Amino acid sequence: MSKQTPSQTVGPFFHLDLPFEGGDVLVTANTKGERILLEGRVVDGDGEPLNDALIEIWQANAEGRYDHPEDAQEKQIDPEFHGWGRCPTSQDGVYRFQTVRPGPVPGPGNTLQAPHINVIVFARGMLRHLTTRVYFEGEALNADDPILARVTDTKRRETLIAKKQNGGSAVYRFDIVLQGANETVFFAA
Amino acid sequence: MIDPVPYKPEEEGVWPPTLFPPYTSTVKRAPRQPLVYIPQTLSEVTGPVYGHSKLAVDDHDLTKHHKGEPLGERIIVTGRVLGDDGCPVPNTLVEIWQCNAAGRYRHHGDQHDAPLDPNFSGGGRVLTDAQGNYKFITIKPGAYPWRNHQNAWRPAHIHFSLFGPAFVTRLVTQMFFPGDPLLALDPIMMSVPDPVARDRMICKFDIGLTKPEWALGYRHDIVLRGRNATPMEH
Repeated sequence: MSKQTPSQTVGPFFHLDLPFEGGDVLVTANTKGERILLEGRVVDGDGEPLNDALIEIWQANAEGRYDHPEDAQEKQIDPEFHGWGRCPTSQDGVYRFQTVRPGPVPGPGNTLQAPHINVIVFARGMLRHLTTRVYFEGEALNADDPILARVTDTKRRETLIAKKQNGGSAVYRFDIVLQGANETVFFAA
Repeated sequence: MIDPVPYKPEEEGVWPPTLFPPYTSTVKRAPRQPLVYIPQTLSEVTGPVYGHSKLAVDDHDLTKHHKGEPLGERIIVTGRVLGDDGCPVPNTLVEIWQCNAAGRYRHHGDQHDAPLDPNFSGGGRVLTDAQGNYKFITIKPGAYPWRNHQNAWRPAHIHFSLFGPAFVTRLVTQMFFPGDPLLALDPIMMSVPDPVARDRMICKFDIGLTKPEWALGYRHDIVLRGRNATPMEH
């Protein structure tokens, strides 16, 4: 049986290959669903922004269907939405995605997972990538989400909730704090 | 709804810790709270299978991205992408990036006093075939200094990024070269607890893969998390 290959850091020079034009735009003019802007800042244990992080997201479409052969739900695939994005952070440590608000997807047993976006963080100084999830402020399904329920500390659970910003279109802010008082919850599965 | 068949857990001793003080950048960037373990749901067993874009014919040949040939030792790097269940991972995107033969990245952040090569950019990508095979043509990267500690040098390496079939199979790693005396001094490589697992990041020279009068050949298989044979009870 084969054995797993270890993870290593993405380092500071991944810009040579990984970022690509439009990686931060998951929607076309014809994508179904509510357009949202998901943005935030990645900071280290001193609160300093990371200008060399890479954020990737993976999410279901507006109906709650993943564009993947293993999603056997009867919901429709949206041909105008794949659900994957990649964005390097700016000099100020900011990432930003144009996407749609995902629908709910099935959870373990007969549970339902609240709308969420799966997030991977890569950076120099991270020997293995970190994963987290973006949930949405004001979403009623959050109360019964089986994954949020795993985070028993309510203050820590708040780090997983993107906050709706004031303004015309739907802008959600999700900062990623790698270390310290408001450290984001990171998952392993 | 039937729960998805989960992928196998991370193997013990294979995955580096988040905090590894000899690699100083981990100190302010590693979370101090433990990771929260969650079951693998539909969100974890799905993922961006086909990558992001259509590939160009020469994307896998880093020696053809400019008018002239890059300087350095031309090499062929080929292997298979597998799951740790032994199954090949077909049609998955493999992305690589590296410095040039002199040890310099074409990147504004690289201030190493070594020359850039006008004929080498250092990025490549390819899809694995139906049997999980991939192949790159490039030049052997150089070693270079970094400021992690006094007189710190990175061993020659190529960065690899792989997706596999699911969110939980994502892997970014580095490939090293056999016989490099810098390997044992490299805190990034040494962050992997199991020495046998470390060796799996070193490619193997293969005379059978060399192309006479043209390029040396190295074999490098990459193993992602594979699948459990039977569904788990919750």
